[in-house]
Amino acid sequence: MILERKDILGIKELSKDEILLILDTADSFIEISTREIKKVPTLRGKTVINLFYEASTRTRTSFEIAGKRLSADTINISASTSSVVKGETLLDTARNLEAMNPDVIVIRHSAAGAPHMLAGMVRQSIINAGDGAHEHPTQALLDMMTIRAKKGRLENLNVAIVGDIAHSRVARSNIYGLKKMGAQVAVAGPATMIPRDIEQMGVSVHSSLDEAIKEVDVIMMLRIQIERQHQNIFPSLREYAQRFCLSKKNISLAKKDVLVMHPGPINRGVEISPDIADGPYSVILDQVTNGVAVRMALLYLLTGGKA
Amino acid sequence: MKNKNRVVMDAEGIDRSLTRIAYEILEKNKGLDDLVLIGIRTGGIYLANRLQRKIAAIEGIEAPSGILDVTLYRDDLQKTNKKPRIGKTDIAFSLDDRKVVLVDDVLFTGRTIRAAMDALIDFGRPRLIQLAVLIDRGHRELPIRADFVGKNLPSSLWEDVSVKLTEKDGVDEVVIEMDSEE
Repeated sequence: MILERKDILGIKELSKDEILLILDTADSFIEISTREIKKVPTLRGKTVINLFYEASTRTRTSFEIAGKRLSADTINISASTSSVVKGETLLDTARNLEAMNPDVIVIRHSAAGAPHMLAGMVRQSIINAGDGAHEHPTQALLDMMTIRAKKGRLENLNVAIVGDIAHSRVARSNIYGLKKMGAQVAVAGPATMIPRDIEQMGVSVHSSLDEAIKEVDVIMMLRIQIERQHQNIFPSLREYAQRFCLSKKNISLAKKDVLVMHPGPINRGVEISPDIADGPYSVILDQVTNGVAVRMALLYLLTGGKA
Repeated sequence: MKNKNRVVMDAEGIDRSLTRIAYEILEKNKGLDDLVLIGIRTGGIYLANRLQRKIAAIEGIEAPSGILDVTLYRDDLQKTNKKPRIGKTDIAFSLDDRKVVLVDDVLFTGRTIRAAMDALIDFGRPRLIQLAVLIDRGHRELPIRADFVGKNLPSSLWEDVSVKLTEKDGVDEVVIEMDSEE
């Protein structure tokens, strides 16, 4: 089994075998980050450009560290300090970067489909690091890796995803991935945050947190995008927290060995209470650690030699 | 299509060679002090485990052993689009000032051992590195030689030397396989 694609644009187009190959490869990369010398020479002479049109700490740093631990040269470009502010289009930026011969371009963009457009235009491998409300494949891969490491499997697990499902690329990518791997997925959130046709993705829909997390193996809490408050999709943070905050009061409804996950950044006290985020069920920091390994695996699998 | 397979070593032969290598390792290193065995994935892992048991049977003490996957250090990765699967490396102890015995099934071009030595140095500064192999089939492309050899097996380049071990193949034997294309 080898990964025969130029780009990683979404989980939707990946097969179960491809996902397994990526997760197995990532499992083997974990050990490198525990060494005293956290570097292997594998991608010497390769160049990875992180092109970020949206704010990011975790994902950008994670890709940068992943590249560096494989000895690739990594370069970060954020829109706010680039020629984007002078009005350069995405395509012109990409063509100019292409002319400098990188091997991989990692892109995050607020427009859904931006990475797909680039993938069709440039020779380099494109990795989608989040496009609008569409997909965030590396997040779903690191989430699946974390669940599999803790539970030993993905098949037949019950996973609840709670929050703003409609605007969440993390939720979409995870639903695609978890369903492919044989897990059952339930989603919950205020009606304004549940997309109308979500059942077609094979998930069950709940309007209350308590109902959604009953007897589940995994709870994924999504970040409430406070910047969306002006769109009137929820009345106030206080009311949202009263109905959908994961806390000591409701966590006992889930299985005793439930995993609590969050893609970050956390709004403490809004979608998750601090004692749960820092508590024994939480694997939030394992997710971050595994994120580096998943991105190392993708860089390794995508950067070929001569075609 | 020719397909002549020749068995050049059977289970007893393999076992005797490993017993001798175990004694030679102890003799050359004057005992077990600071000695560790590192098996190169995959054949080397099982041979390292067997040597570990044989040494323990002689000395009554077990030498620590680890597993090394050298894929990420290979010099031909950039030349191929078929990325080999990465196996887990597991070395749960420091290599600083240790005497490391690298264990592999077949010594051929020497490129795997070059990669393994680069990897080991990333784990620390061993006092010395020695090499134990079951088969040395010649055709070196790098200035590398083994300290402990089970059997020297002159081979031609279009032959394939395959070490089969019960742990992975259900049988203990060394086979020379003619490349059926030739």
